[in-house]
Amino acid sequence: MRKVLMGNHALSYGAMLSRVQVVAAYPITPQTQVVELLSEMCAEKILDAQFIKVESEHSAMAACLGASLAGARTFTATSAQGLALMHELLHWASGGRLPVVLGNINRAMAPGWSIWTDQNDSLSQRDTGWMQFYCGSNQEVLDSVIQAFKVAEKLHIPAMIILDAFSLSHTYEIVDVPDQEKVDKFLPPFQPKFRLTPDEPHAFGGLTSPEHYFELRYKLQKDMEKAPALIEETGQEFEELFGRKLGLVDPYKCDDAEIILVTSGTTGYTARVAVDHFREKGLKVGNLRIRVLRPFPFEKVQSILSHAKKVAVIDRNISYGHHGIFYQEVKSALYGNSSVPVFGYITGLGGRDITLNTFQKIIEETQRNETPPERISWIGVKK
Amino acid sequence: MKKQQPTKKIIFHSEKEMPLAPYSLGSMLHNRTGAWRNIRPEINLENCIQCGICWKFCPDVAIYIENEYPVVDYTYCKGCGLCAEECPVKCITMVEEEK
Amino acid sequence: MVEIRFHGRGGQGTVVASKILADAINKEGKFVQAYPEFGVERRGAPVYAFIRIDETPIFDKSRIYSPDHIVVLDPTLIEAIDVTEGLKEKGWIIVNTDKKPEELAFPTKYRVATIDATHIALKHQLGTRATPIVNTAIVGAVVKVLDLARLESVIQAVKEGVPLKPEENAAAAKEAYESVVFHS
Ligand code: SF4
Ligand code: SF4
Repeated sequence: MRKVLMGNHALSYGAMLSRVQVVAAYPITPQTQVVELLSEMCAEKILDAQFIKVESEHSAMAACLGASLAGARTFTATSAQGLALMHELLHWASGGRLPVVLGNINRAMAPGWSIWTDQNDSLSQRDTGWMQFYCGSNQEVLDSVIQAFKVAEKLHIPAMIILDAFSLSHTYEIVDVPDQEKVDKFLPPFQPKFRLTPDEPHAFGGLTSPEHYFELRYKLQKDMEKAPALIEETGQEFEELFGRKLGLVDPYKCDDAEIILVTSGTTGYTARVAVDHFREKGLKVGNLRIRVLRPFPFEKVQSILSHAKKVAVIDRNISYGHHGIFYQEVKSALYGNSSVPVFGYITGLGGRDITLNTFQKIIEETQRNETPPERISWIGVKK
Repeated sequence: MKKQQPTKKIIFHSEKEMPLAPYSLGSMLHNRTGAWRNIRPEINLENCIQCGICWKFCPDVAIYIENEYPVVDYTYCKGCGLCAEECPVKCITMVEEEK
Repeated sequence: MVEIRFHGRGGQGTVVASKILADAINKEGKFVQAYPEFGVERRGAPVYAFIRIDETPIFDKSRIYSPDHIVVLDPTLIEAIDVTEGLKEKGWIIVNTDKKPEELAFPTKYRVATIDATHIALKHQLGTRATPIVNTAIVGAVVKVLDLARLESVIQAVKEGVPLKPEENAAAAKEAYESVVFHS
């Protein structure tokens, strides 16, 4: 059914249709409505789940770990400082191989105190062993939750669904809310490979000597390496049932493009409008929206970008002392594989709007220069 | 809780044999902590009120319950004295080990 | 693509108005995107809501700076802020007021429509004299002036979208749809 939903509610609907059994969360702007709606759904018995109220995000994730370890399908949502407070337990979730799904609203880290979007909160958690899905629309938010549960539970690896503050979280868009029976067909109940139950006592998370720790981490990486194929496969299965694509990347007019923009989140959708605008003027531009950052889609990125004459990576984030994080990732994927020059742009930090004008500056600068004139090109800083 | 049987130390020789997560990855049953003991707990069962506090508090799970009374497993009891300290009727005494 | 900016005051239901309009447009099978001002809202302070409408899916996620039309829920805002900022030429200004369009001093490059939404709201027992709930009446007027949706779609969207008094709100939307004053 076509419904007008805000991004936060698209997350809640995704969790509801996935038939989550436990939700533990702590409210934080701009995530609040996710939890509000889920708690209402639980109270009204639309959703047969246990809603656990907690006193912090750290406790929220701790409750999720316990529930997941008991074999429940578990969901939570947070943002920025809240995600940072969960940090220690994010490692527990992945190291413990607990397939929790978390919705994170991308919000800039304080200080200065901000409630507006950028990606530094989720990218600070890049190396915690979670899968990361960056969404471009509310439809994709809802669909990604369902897909993420399927992949996460198969691999026993947790997943983050990431959406921009306000540009998605509070923006109403038309979302096709799929039928429950169809979703049930796609996503069977969680069948954990191991769990804690009083019937068969086990210890979890005990002291792990150097004799065994290394192998556990090796196994996590090996399973993470299986994720790209599995994401593509579940994406195809999803498309057959629901008619919508959910791949690792979302290329737009890249086949014959001379300049390819690399984007993520809502920026990746506005970029399409910019591509069409410049195509009308005769410039062959394309856009590669990276949907999944972890696991990194090496093959896709390499095969799509190596055709281009120039690549322009747009980051709404920064690794201080280095560069934009998507820029680093793309460059490292292309190293030894292609010599296409990669231009790195940083823009939109702290919710500064990314408009057609932003893209115009980026495309023109990329077109004008053979190689990047500066290591980082800042777009929109009041200098 | 029954008496535990000592085991050999578990060492996995290949990652393939291992569980995904640190989930019952090993056990301390190979570690006979009884050898660390200098003083031993002795329970006077005549005064014992069967409250189970000693069983709950023993940090080495060295007390098990048999016929509803606590029994110390000296293979694992390391002689810390916690049980004697916590017993509400003071029916556990710590006595010097003869060496 | 049509882009509209709503001006109201915190607590007036400005965002709800844009959401109900989005629902009505969804019922027409068109595409729509609606969003509030990105930030915190305070009761009584000027607030904004925005809406984009198109025949095809909307990919532009940037904010609206030069709307095609504007809607003013509270006429006192006209004195307080520049409601026409960025408004395109020939754009409609739809104002909640008891005045006629020609009585309002807007530049002639804009088109003006007026609706006495406060009067309609009170007549249908929506809110109090101090805080009338004008948003559903406004939606009725906007849809009529800009020819965005059929009246049935609006009435249905209003009934589904308001927390209280669905019939009264639907009646207010209908009355505004039928009585908005404009010369096209
Ligand atoms: S002395 Fe310590 S280790 Fe031994 S039984 Fe008592 S509590 Fe357990
Ligand atoms: S704590 Fe003392 S009284 Fe309680 S069960 Fe143990 S020995 Fe008996």
